Amino acid sequence: MGAGHGHRLHYHGHSPVHRAEPHHKLLALVGFVLLVVATPGDAYPFFAGYLAVLAAVVARSGVPPSYLLKRTVVELPFVVFALIVPFVSRGPQTEVWGVTVSEPGLVAAGALLMKGTLGVLASLLLAATTEPHDVVRGLERLRMPAPLVQILSFMVRYLDVVGDEMGRMRTALASRGFTARNPRHWPVIARSAGALFIRSYERGERVHLAMLSRGHAPGERA
Amino acid sequence: MHVPDGFLDAPTSIATGAVAVAAIGVALRGARRELDDKAAPMAGLVATFVFAAQMLNFPVGAGTSGHLLGGALAAVLVGPWTAMLCLSVVLLVQSLLFADGGVTALGTNVVLMGVVGVLAGWLVFRALQAVLPKKQALVAPLAAVAAYLSVPITALAFVGLYAVGGTAPIPLDTLTTAMLGWHLVIGLGEAAITGLVVASIVTVRPDLVHGARRVLADRVVEIRTPVARTSA
Repeated sequence: MGAGHGHRLHYHGHSPVHRAEPHHKLLALVGFVLLVVATPGDAYPFFAGYLAVLAAVVARSGVPPSYLLKRTVVELPFVVFALIVPFVSRGPQTEVWGVTVSEPGLVAAGALLMKGTLGVLASLLLAATTEPHDVVRGLERLRMPAPLVQILSFMVRYLDVVGDEMGRMRTALASRGFTARNPRHWPVIARSAGALFIRSYERGERVHLAMLSRGHAPGERA
Repeated sequence: MHVPDGFLDAPTSIATGAVAVAAIGVALRGARRELDDKAAPMAGLVATFVFAAQMLNFPVGAGTSGHLLGGALAAVLVGPWTAMLCLSVVLLVQSLLFADGGVTALGTNVVLMGVVGVLAGWLVFRALQAVLPKKQALVAPLAAVAAYLSVPITALAFVGLYAVGGTAPIPLDTLTTAMLGWHLVIGLGEAAITGLVVASIVTVRPDLVHGARRVLADRVVEIRTPVARTSA
């Protein structure tokens, strides 16, 4: 559940991890997580090793571990799922604290949690040590198609502008005594979403006209 | 909602990644038709809108709230190809800048929410629009139905992927029932929000709603000439 993206994850710093080329970091992240995902679920020493490597990089980056751990909450819905797995899986049953659960299900749930957590921590570290526009630059170096890079950089550039616009609408609603409590209030929130779409769309048109008036030829890099 | 790392095995993740790359390639070509040369700024801003709209909380009661997934909404508002690009870019940003959705599961998430969710919503919308009368008042209800169906269809696609590359030995029928049951409920929220948002836009700026274009094209300009008054 992708809610709660209201905060930026970047943690300012000048460590070697911060200064590393973004495309190297992206490759390292994908390589690391692929390795984690491809490791069999019951190879516990390997996972301990991965965690140690990740901890060493975090220590080198100077990002406080608590900063990263607090933000692993994005994982929460998925943790709930992993906790259900042992109860609904097939295979020989075993007893844990007086509850009968599936043994392979238990191993699979453990693997899900370890892999998921390692993945989230590694991604958080990238986000904490790399500015958004550097991530875009890194993807460009990795040969992401130019039109996609442009869309992405427009999105990164206007994320706060559109977010602030929504924030102002919320403030306006709140200052007129509006609090959303139940589905009866949905039409009001939906209307602000509609207004946000119209404003974003029109902003896109204005940006495009501004680009043309500054000599940007269609199809050229922004 | 986002599939994390380690949920599907590595070969499946790589395969969905390849499918996602191919789909984005097709979408890039299609979006140029939908938006001509202003594709980059428009798609960028619409992606930002989808991202922001997903942050709006819709309270259900008892302290819980839901939020929009936005696949069908984006398809009806800006057309399926642009919507696919926007959703994919949103998922990429969420994965790399907000650690939501695994990096290795990015292909899976793009295929599920960016491709299946958008296309399912769009096809349902188009099919209904083809058989029903072309009325502006129908655009929002059709979008709601499309949004409703797109949610369980996406859930079924996830079950399909899980059958191929799932890592936990969950019986498929249990997973199918649980996913379908849960998403038929989530779909109600998605349908209500999508319908309300589309309705609010259609009343103000119907020209911006891609799904309303055919309706608007059918409208005839009626010119009424006042009967000349004859002075007595």
